[in-house]
Amino acid sequence: MLYGKPRSPAHRKLVPGSEKKQINKRTVRMKTEGSMENRPDNTAFTQQRLPAWQPILSAGIVIPGFTLIGLAFIGIGVALFVTSQNIKVLERDYTGVTDDSSCGKCMDPTKKDCVCEVKFSFSELFEGPVFFYYGLSNYYQNYRTYGVSVDPYQLVGDTAYFLSPDSNCSPYQNDSTGTPIVPCGSIANSMFTDSFTLYQIINGQQSLVPFDRKGIAWWTDYNIKYRNPAPVNGSLALAFSGTTKPINWSKPVYELDPNDSANNGFLNQDFLVWMRRAALPNFRKLYGRIREGAYANGLPAGNYTLQINYNYPVQSFGGTKKVVFSNVSWMGGKNQFLGIAYLVMGSLCIIMAIVMLIVYAKYKFSDDDGA
Amino acid sequence: MMLRWIRQQLGFDPPHQSDTRTVYIANRFPQHGHYIPQRFADNRIISSKYTIWNFIPKNLFEQFRRIANFYFLIIFLVQLMIDTPTSPVTSGLPLFFVITVTAIKQGYEDWLRHKADNEVNGAPVFVVRSGSLVQTRSKNIRVGDIVRVAKDETFPADLVLLSSERAEGTCHITTASLDGETNLKTHYAVPETATSQSVSRLEALQAVVECQQPEPDLYRFVGRITITQHGEEIVRPLGPENLLLRGARLKNTKEIYGVAVYTGMESKMALNYKCKSQKRSAVEKSMNTFLIIYLAILLFEAVLSTILKYAWQAEKKWDEPFYNEKTETERNSSKILKFISDFLAFLVLYNFIIPISLYVTVEMQKFLGSFFIGWDLDLYHEESDQRAQVNTSDLNEELGQVEYVFTDKTGTLTENEMQFRECSINGVKYQEINSKLVPEGMTEDVPDTGFFLSREEELFLKAVSLCHTVQISYDQPDGVSDPFSHANGFTSQMEYYASSPDEKALVEATKRMGVAFAGSNGETMEIKTFGKSEKYKLLHVLEFDANRRRMSVILQAPSGEKLLFTKGAESSVLPYASSGEIEKTRVHVDEFALKGLRTLVVAYRLFSAEEYKEVERRLHQARTALQQRDERLSEAFNFIEKDLHLLGATGVEDKLQEKVQETIEALRLAGIKVWVLTGDKHETAVSVSLSCGHFHRTMNILELVQQKSDHECAEQLRRLARRIKEDHVIQHGLVVDGASLSLALREHEKLFMEVCKNCSAVLCCRMAPLQKAKVVRLLKTSPEKPITLAVGDGANDVSMIQEAHVGIGIMGKEGRQAVRNSDYAIARFKFLAKLLLVHGHFYYIRIATLVQYFFYKNVCFITPQFLYQFFCLFSQQTLYDSVYLTLYNICFTSLPILVYSLFEQLVHPHILQSKPALYRDISKNSLLSFKTFLYWTILGFCHAFVFFFGCYILMGEDTSLTGNGQMFGNWTFGTLVFTVMVITVTLKLALETHFWTWMNHFVTWGSIAFYFIFSLFYGGIIWPFLHTQDMYFVFVQLLSSGSAWFAIIIIIITCLFPDVIKKVFYRHLNPTSTQKSQCMEAYEGITCMDSVSCFPEGRGLCGFLERLKRANRSWNDSDPFASNDRSILTLSPVEASHC
Repeated sequence: MLYGKPRSPAHRKLVPGSEKKQINKRTVRMKTEGSMENRPDNTAFTQQRLPAWQPILSAGIVIPGFTLIGLAFIGIGVALFVTSQNIKVLERDYTGVTDDSSCGKCMDPTKKDCVCEVKFSFSELFEGPVFFYYGLSNYYQNYRTYGVSVDPYQLVGDTAYFLSPDSNCSPYQNDSTGTPIVPCGSIANSMFTDSFTLYQIINGQQSLVPFDRKGIAWWTDYNIKYRNPAPVNGSLALAFSGTTKPINWSKPVYELDPNDSANNGFLNQDFLVWMRRAALPNFRKLYGRIREGAYANGLPAGNYTLQINYNYPVQSFGGTKKVVFSNVSWMGGKNQFLGIAYLVMGSLCIIMAIVMLIVYAKYKFSDDDGA
Repeated sequence: MMLRWIRQQLGFDPPHQSDTRTVYIANRFPQHGHYIPQRFADNRIISSKYTIWNFIPKNLFEQFRRIANFYFLIIFLVQLMIDTPTSPVTSGLPLFFVITVTAIKQGYEDWLRHKADNEVNGAPVFVVRSGSLVQTRSKNIRVGDIVRVAKDETFPADLVLLSSERAEGTCHITTASLDGETNLKTHYAVPETATSQSVSRLEALQAVVECQQPEPDLYRFVGRITITQHGEEIVRPLGPENLLLRGARLKNTKEIYGVAVYTGMESKMALNYKCKSQKRSAVEKSMNTFLIIYLAILLFEAVLSTILKYAWQAEKKWDEPFYNEKTETERNSSKILKFISDFLAFLVLYNFIIPISLYVTVEMQKFLGSFFIGWDLDLYHEESDQRAQVNTSDLNEELGQVEYVFTDKTGTLTENEMQFRECSINGVKYQEINSKLVPEGMTEDVPDTGFFLSREEELFLKAVSLCHTVQISYDQPDGVSDPFSHANGFTSQMEYYASSPDEKALVEATKRMGVAFAGSNGETMEIKTFGKSEKYKLLHVLEFDANRRRMSVILQAPSGEKLLFTKGAESSVLPYASSGEIEKTRVHVDEFALKGLRTLVVAYRLFSAEEYKEVERRLHQARTALQQRDERLSEAFNFIEKDLHLLGATGVEDKLQEKVQETIEALRLAGIKVWVLTGDKHETAVSVSLSCGHFHRTMNILELVQQKSDHECAEQLRRLARRIKEDHVIQHGLVVDGASLSLALREHEKLFMEVCKNCSAVLCCRMAPLQKAKVVRLLKTSPEKPITLAVGDGANDVSMIQEAHVGIGIMGKEGRQAVRNSDYAIARFKFLAKLLLVHGHFYYIRIATLVQYFFYKNVCFITPQFLYQFFCLFSQQTLYDSVYLTLYNICFTSLPILVYSLFEQLVHPHILQSKPALYRDISKNSLLSFKTFLYWTILGFCHAFVFFFGCYILMGEDTSLTGNGQMFGNWTFGTLVFTVMVITVTLKLALETHFWTWMNHFVTWGSIAFYFIFSLFYGGIIWPFLHTQDMYFVFVQLLSSGSAWFAIIIIIITCLFPDVIKKVFYRHLNPTSTQKSQCMEAYEGITCMDSVSCFPEGRGLCGFLERLKRANRSWNDSDPFASNDRSILTLSPVEASHC
């Protein structure tokens, strides 16, 4: 009598076609019988009969699926692993605690303008473009109070905030005389101050390897997010009048790069790199790229000296400093994790597919016997 | 409701000091002296909860009484007060969202109530004021006003009838909207006021009504009216037959005048707007338990973090490195204060582990999901044009958890459509054949005896046709001004209306047999014996009540004799009979009962003149009594109904509803125990039980009946318990009667429960309504705390329906009281199968997964944040941006689960219905068991570890991830984790989804797409109102890295891989029967319906069958009952023979 409750053993499968036919039959009947105001609508929605895909995770689907995924992953894994293997990395710790550099002498924080050297050599061409990073460890740029200790309005050049920095910046809001600090806050104040110069030793002569220091910060940071204040009378320095430099800094923000006037103020690339806080306590930051002149193809085999202006103290919190030379692929620097992960997951998929095949086959056969 | 209660507590509604209220008709107070005006409520009906002014504070107050909401309020306040890692917006916005959604829903509902109230309160009414008829609004009626009501209008207040347009002062009303009884009821005016039929005469009326204070019982009214006529005071009793209830409708009477005695919220209708006690489902209880566990996890994480923070900071180089110096105030602030504020900060940081939107989602799911019940065509009854009705949506999932079903018999299992079958007159059995009374043994083709009836037969038929409260209605439009004029025509337009279907069947039967009831006008009853009209003067009606279980009329025959006719249950009439064929009739009654007929015994008594005077006196005394009227009335009735002469007995058949047998069988296969509770006789009940499949022929029927003493009862119980133990192979059925039950429950509850639990079917007969509720409560509170469901159709089932966890009303013939008090109402008993097996199953699975998933996704959400603290010196740095924190629960992951919880179908509904055993898969709240909860929680933690450490290893090698060698920062790291999380959590739900409608596809893929689009948009613009632009271009930079894409894919796959493996292996090695049905559906489709051979064989299957066999061993017996023509129920025997 009632539709949708077939008592006959033949169980209707939900086929879109049959669905439509039933509905039609229904509407015809509705017209013939009267007085059924309360009759619920017979639509697929109200009767919970919406056409639906009902996937079941059965072995029949999963085994081929796993096999395919496994093969694909192994393929990707190999590709990623090989790519990663082709990337060369050279790391040198120059904190001074170990003896592989001459920087031990500079560890005394009272020593000013200490210069030390790190020497290394390549037996073959270090393919370019070579990226040069400095790295710090045990350094918590992700500390919360450190992270908020900045005045974002100052950094977009809003001079209204120059004279009254955000209170988040304290204790680097004002200096001891009460002069407001620009850029205020811990992040800016703790900017990395070591600088590096690289020389290749050719026949005992030091030959400068130039660093390209442009484009080390995010394009959007440099072009959109950060702004310098409008120069006063054509001078950036005047825009900062009435403020003082961060306590740890040796020079004000508008004189960060003496060589390139465009690289000053908040748009100084090093400053921008530093202001992007690292996620984890061991981090690297990009210092420059080697891609000019004779070194456009990379660093040729030979001996090199890295001259370091050692200013930044790390031993007070047990940190280390290092420099890294690396070339990159499309997927970035040397990173074996992805390749290995794909290989492991790929093989796991294959293994599980085989195990399932065994299990499935076993029960499949017994099922046939039973039937 | 609440408001009224508060108002009463605060004294706005003064408590009634005296037991009675005195109403001066037309408010003509006595001029002289000591009158203290009583204060009465006005006639406004207020069903709304809020007004415009108090909506916001009151609604907020009510919402914050919820623990979860209150908790988030506290978190929000903490964020406002102290320096915390996230801005107050992150918890304030979701809270605001949740509160707003709930407030809108409640506001809408209240607006509807306001509209209804205004309509009612503003309805025009006519009131007699200062000598003329004045039209006013319903809300202006005061107690004491004389109100005029015209035909087919509803009464605007509880009125005492003063006069009607009929000379004798009667009127007909129908109370369909109050108790659903559709019959016409006659109400009477006191003779002294009945003459005041015009405004001017009412004006002259000097009368005072004294009555009890308002009470909700619709059928009780005790009062008296004192009329001053010619300086003389006449006192008349007032009973329910004088009271016209608000909400009832005037019928067949042109107009009436009445005096308002109860108005507004004090009217009986308003007092019956009872706030049903909130029933809470088992799911909600487990949900609260889980919440508390999560609160504990939260506190633990916060305490651990705080302690670790201080352990770390013991060394100064960590506490305050040169690059991150503290301010002076920070250095100097008190240690304890800092500790507390750190703890609170961690609490705020992790607070999202408590799923804030859980409640609102559950509420929406229940509200929206419950529509499917009403929409279901399978629950629609064509004959009566009724669809299933949902009164509370809070209990949807409870339908999937039922362990005991308590069902009424009459009207629930049966049609409540009575057919006269047999009778016994003066010790001879008769049957009705071709509208003639034929003595048993005679064949059909006996010579036509014509219109001849023996004296006994005629008296019996007259008794049956006179002793009732049946009304006649004529299809002709204008009323019953004179019923007898129609009676002469005696057309087929005449129809009987009765509150009891038995009476109707009997009166109709006697009409067929030649003694037709032709009408009554309150004072006379007319019958036509083979066309010859006889008028009986109706002197008194001794109404039916459930305790006496009989009713009587006292009539004056045309010959002038005064007669009493009594009709009632055999047990309540036979003891008072002193003459007639008592023994033979008793035997016949038992025989009728064995055939499943409902029996009534008819007797009469002839009064002598003196006897009648005494009767008259006693009745009058009892009826005018103000105190203890009921007791005194029953005393008087007992005095009158004795020394009866037995006339005979009737047997009326109540047809079984269709598919009752199948439904009961299906419920039983689903592991539900069915108890039948009925007021019927023992034999009748047992025979109906057998015919509806509740008892099987093979069952060993145990009896606990007619126990007289406590001791005897205990003894019998022990005997039964022993028998069950000795003979545990076959099934047992237990029959208990009301009297024995009350003995058993008084002292031997435990023993009784023990016996009951071992019986597969229990039948309780001769039950009073309250006893029904008591049985339900007994089971409900037994140590296992089973979920109970009560089904009934009549007013006598209401207590049971309200007591059970789930109450189901059958929209039957006995009015709508059961329906109004039920949680769900269906038209037929057979619909119960689909309601429980399909809807219950679906709702349970949906809500259980919903709850578990909510906890899971919040663990996934917040655990990475907890882990991040280990890498940022416990500085409470958030891993995700505030906007992501805020929107995770309300935007990114809210819709897929809502759609899932509305549309999921684990198994096709047909299969669920044809394989009731699948119901066992979800019994005992199995999907919300602690084990499952632990599984989901641990899964959440595992996934969170994979997200976090996957990203950590990727980023932690601190190499660049892009081709241009630039480095990412902390926000990129957080966004990477968040992206992986949103996708994984959405896909995890996709793995759980078995039923992919276009909506599931839309919201699942749509949510992921929305996340990407939103993030691109959010990160692509410098937002002027944001303090920091931390997220500017972070997402784009992340996506521009090939490594990040590869990492996202591999981490997601890693998370879901074990889950897929687990699902596949479980399905193959240890499938639940539900899963087997799924595979059946997928592979075999049609052919598999009835055979089980398509199940993959294996250890698991055999184990399952073993279990099944143990559970319902009985159906495997060669039970002739279970195996005929019910292909759907042959599941277990087939399966068993297979293994």
